[in-house]
Amino acid sequence: MDPISCAVLVLGGGPGGYVCAIRAAQLGLDTVLVEAGRLGGTCLNVGCIPSKALIHAADEFHLARRFATGSPIGVSVADPRIDLKATMTWKDGIVSRLRGGVYGLLRRADIKVVNGIGILRDGKTCVVDTDMGRQEITAEHVVIATGSESVPLPGLPFGGPVVSSTEALAFEDIPARLVVVGGGYIGLELGTAYRKIGSEVTVVEAAERILPQYDAELTRRVMARLGKLGVEVLLNAKAMGIDRSGPALRIERGDGGEQRLPADKILVTIGRRPRLAGFGLEELDLRMSGNAIEIDDQCRTSMRNVWAVGDVTGEPMLEHRAVAQAEMVAEIIAGEKRSFDKVAIPAVCFTDPEIVTAGLSPDAARAAGFQIKLASFPFTANGRAMTLEAEDGFVRIVARADNHVVLGLQAVGQGVSELSAGFALALEMGATIEDIAATVHVHPTLGECLREAALVALGQGLHA
Amino acid sequence: MAERVITLPDVGEGVAEAEIVEVPVKIGDPVREGETLVSVMTDKATVEIPSPADGRVAWIGPEVGQKVAVGSELVKLDVAGDNAARARKSPTTASSTLADTPSPAVTVPSGEETTSKTPPSQPPPMPSPARPREAARIPPQAMPAKPADRPLAAPAIRAYARDAGVDLRFVKGTGPASRILREDVDAYLATAARGPVAPHGLARNTGVEEIKIIGLRRRIAERMQDTVRRIPHFSYVEEVDVTDLEALRADINETRRSGRPRLTVLPFLMRAMVTALRDHPPLNARYDDANDTLYRYGGVHIGIATQTSNGLVVPVVQHAEALTIWDCASEIARLSEAARSGIAKREELTGSTITLTSLGALGGIVSTPDINAPEVAIIGVNKIAMRPVWRGAAFEPRKIMNLSSSFDHRIVDGWDAAQFIQTLRALLEAPAKIFMET
Repeated sequence: MDPISCAVLVLGGGPGGYVCAIRAAQLGLDTVLVEAGRLGGTCLNVGCIPSKALIHAADEFHLARRFATGSPIGVSVADPRIDLKATMTWKDGIVSRLRGGVYGLLRRADIKVVNGIGILRDGKTCVVDTDMGRQEITAEHVVIATGSESVPLPGLPFGGPVVSSTEALAFEDIPARLVVVGGGYIGLELGTAYRKIGSEVTVVEAAERILPQYDAELTRRVMARLGKLGVEVLLNAKAMGIDRSGPALRIERGDGGEQRLPADKILVTIGRRPRLAGFGLEELDLRMSGNAIEIDDQCRTSMRNVWAVGDVTGEPMLEHRAVAQAEMVAEIIAGEKRSFDKVAIPAVCFTDPEIVTAGLSPDAARAAGFQIKLASFPFTANGRAMTLEAEDGFVRIVARADNHVVLGLQAVGQGVSELSAGFALALEMGATIEDIAATVHVHPTLGECLREAALVALGQGLHA
Repeated sequence: MAERVITLPDVGEGVAEAEIVEVPVKIGDPVREGETLVSVMTDKATVEIPSPADGRVAWIGPEVGQKVAVGSELVKLDVAGDNAARARKSPTTASSTLADTPSPAVTVPSGEETTSKTPPSQPPPMPSPARPREAARIPPQAMPAKPADRPLAAPAIRAYARDAGVDLRFVKGTGPASRILREDVDAYLATAARGPVAPHGLARNTGVEEIKIIGLRRRIAERMQDTVRRIPHFSYVEEVDVTDLEALRADINETRRSGRPRLTVLPFLMRAMVTALRDHPPLNARYDDANDTLYRYGGVHIGIATQTSNGLVVPVVQHAEALTIWDCASEIARLSEAARSGIAKREELTGSTITLTSLGALGGIVSTPDINAPEVAIIGVNKIAMRPVWRGAAFEPRKIMNLSSSFDHRIVDGWDAAQFIQTLRALLEAPAKIFMET
C-alpha cells in the first residue's frame, strides 16, 4: 500500500482521538486516525454510555417494583418484569447509533480512518497492519490517544466468572449473586444497577470507606442508600483469590478473619490504567509520570511534535477532560496559542444518589492554604425535590473567606449530575458567592439549592 | 509508617557530585511514586530524581544551588507501612483542624450540614477579639503557605490575553474580587505600548533584583573563569574572501536533492578545518595541564558553540573527518536542536578536540573567543559583509568574512597559529580545494 503522509496522525479513536481529528480537520489540517477496534473508545462502547443505559433501565424497573407494592403517590403497577436481553439490545442500539454518528462526523470532516493497530516506529512514522496490507503513515504531528484499560487484581485475573466492567455491561442473564471488588464509582454504579434488577450484591472495598476520592459527607448518602437497597458493603476487606469449587471469592475481612463469598460473577473494578503496550510506545523516548505519559500544560510529551491526550496521560480519566485536551492540541498544532488552564474538571458518580463535584473540596481548599467559607443547602427544603421524592442530599459551596470567590461546588442527590454544567461555568467564570446569589434561578428546580446555599454563605438564607 | 531515605544515585560515568537545581516538593507534601523530588545537574545534563514510592516528604537535606556528593541523603519520605490507611489519615486530620481554627470568617462549623439551619438574622461574621488569640496560639510555621494566586478571569478573557501575548499574572483586575475583565487586558496592552509607566517624566528606579546563579549558568561561569585564569590566550584575526565559497554554496543549495539540508557556511568550514588540521595536527588536541601531557587526536571532534535558552552549550560533532558535508550539516542541526530542547546526551556534550563558534548574523567584525578547555584552539566566525577590495586594477565588491581565533599560547606558538589560519583561508578562498583528495 502506498505510504500516507499527513500533518496530523491520531492514534486511537476514542473521544480524545476522534475529537482531536475532527478539530484538526476543521482547522484545515490533513488528518489521519488509526483505530483497531470500534470508534468511540471506552466511553461510548464499554463505559459511560452503556453503563448509563443499564442504570436507567435498572432504575425504571426498580421504580416499577416499588409501585407494585403500593406507593404514596397513588401509582400502582402489577407484576413488573425485566427482560435483560431486551434491555441489552436497547442499550446496544444506543451505542451503535452514537458510533454511527462518530463515523459520519469523521467522514464529513474528510478524515482518513485506518483500521488496525498503529505501531509507532518513531515520533513521525506509524505502521498499521490492515486487512488490505501494511500501511505506512508519516506525519508531522502524532497525537497519542490510546486510552486506558481495566486493572486486574493480582491473583484474580480476568476470565471465567471474574469479569471487568466491559463484560458486566453485557451479561446475558442477571447474575443471582454478584460480588464487586472495588468500591469506586464504576463498581458502585454497576453493583447498584444489578441490585435493582434482582442480583444479590456484595461490594468488597480495601479502604475504610467507599468512593475514597470523594469527601465522606458526600459518600455517606450513597453508603446509606446502598444499605437500604440491600447491597452488602464490606470495608477494610481484601480479595484474596477465587475458590473455584463454588465459585466464590475468598476475602480477608477487616478483623483479619477469612470469609468465602459465593458468587456467580465477580466484577473487579479496582481502577483503570493507561493503555501503553502494543503501540511501539516503548521504543519512543517518552518521559513517564508514574504509569502515564508525562505531558505539560499543552499536552506536549517529552518528544517534539508528539502529543498525548486522555486517559493515557493519567488521572482524572474522564471523557470530558480528554475532549478538552484534544481540542486544545489540534488548535495548538494549527498555530493557535492555547494551554490547558481549566479551573475545574467536574466529575460525576452516577450512583444512587448521584454525586457531582467541581473544583476544590473543603479539605482540598484548606490544604491549598485557603481560609474558606462553607455553606450547604439540603434538598429536604426544596419544593422540586419533594415533588420528585428526591429529598436526600444537598448542594454545597466552598468559597474563599476573603473575597468570596467560589473554589468548589459539590452536590449529592437524585439527578444532580445535571447541575454539573452550572457548577463548572461558575468556577470558570470566577464567580463569587454574591454572583450566584444575584443570579435568578428557576423555581421550582433542584438547581435553586445552589442559590440558596450561596445565600446561606452570605448569612441571608431565605428558606433555611 | 516507615521512613525511606532517598540518596543521590550514581547519575553518570565518573560523576562524583551534582548540583541541586530544583526541589519541587516541600516538607509535608504528599508525593506519588514517580513524582520528581529533586532535580540535579551534572556536566550540563539535568537529571530528575523520582520518588520510589507514595509517601509524604518528611525532610529535605540540600538546598537549591548546593553541591552534593553521590550517595548523600537528599530527601526522607514517610511511606505507609501495613497500617497505611490510619497512618495517612492522622496528619490530614491534624492539618484540617489547624486550618479551621484561625478562620473566623467561616459561617458555620465545617463538615456540618446543619449549615442550612443558620438563622437568616445572623449578622455578617466578624472576627471577634477572642479569635486572633486563638490564631496566635498556632505556631506560624504550622500554617499552610498561602497559595500563589491564580489570576481570576473568565475562559474567553484568558484566551484573549493569550492571543495578545499577555501574562494575566501581571494584569490588575478591576472586576469583583479583582476579576480581570477584557478592559483590564486592553488597558494593560495600552500601557505596555506606551512603555513602562512613568506618568511624570523620568523617575529613578532604585530596584535591585537578587538572582542566584545556579545550574548551567553557574557551570558556564566557573568554566569561563577557570579557562581565562589558566590559559594564556593568543588571538589572531584574518580576513577571508568568501565570494567564491558563497557562490558555490548558493549553487549547491539551489540544486540540492530534496530531503538534504540547506547548507550554511559552518559545514564548509568544518570540512576545511578537517583538511587544514592534517597539516597542523598539534591544534587538534586536548591539553591535560595538570599532568603536562598533550593528547593529539586522529579524529576531528568539532564542538559547536550553541546558544540555548539557559545559556551556552557546546554539543560535539564526532569524527568530522569521516562525515560528508551533508552529514556535517545534519549533525549540526540535530545536535543544536537536542541542546536547545535539553535532550542532548552526556556523550554528545563532551569530547571535542577543537571548537567552532559563530554568532551568525550577529557575528560582528572581530570577536575574542575563549578556548573550550582543555582544547587548544577555537575558531570564531564573524559576519560576511560586501566590501570594496583592491584587486590589481580596481576596487571590486567582494564578500569578506573575518575569522577570529584563539589559541592556548602555552602549546601553540603564534607562528603555528597563523600558519593554520592561513591554510584555512587558502582553502576557503578556493573552495574546490576543500573537496580535493590528497
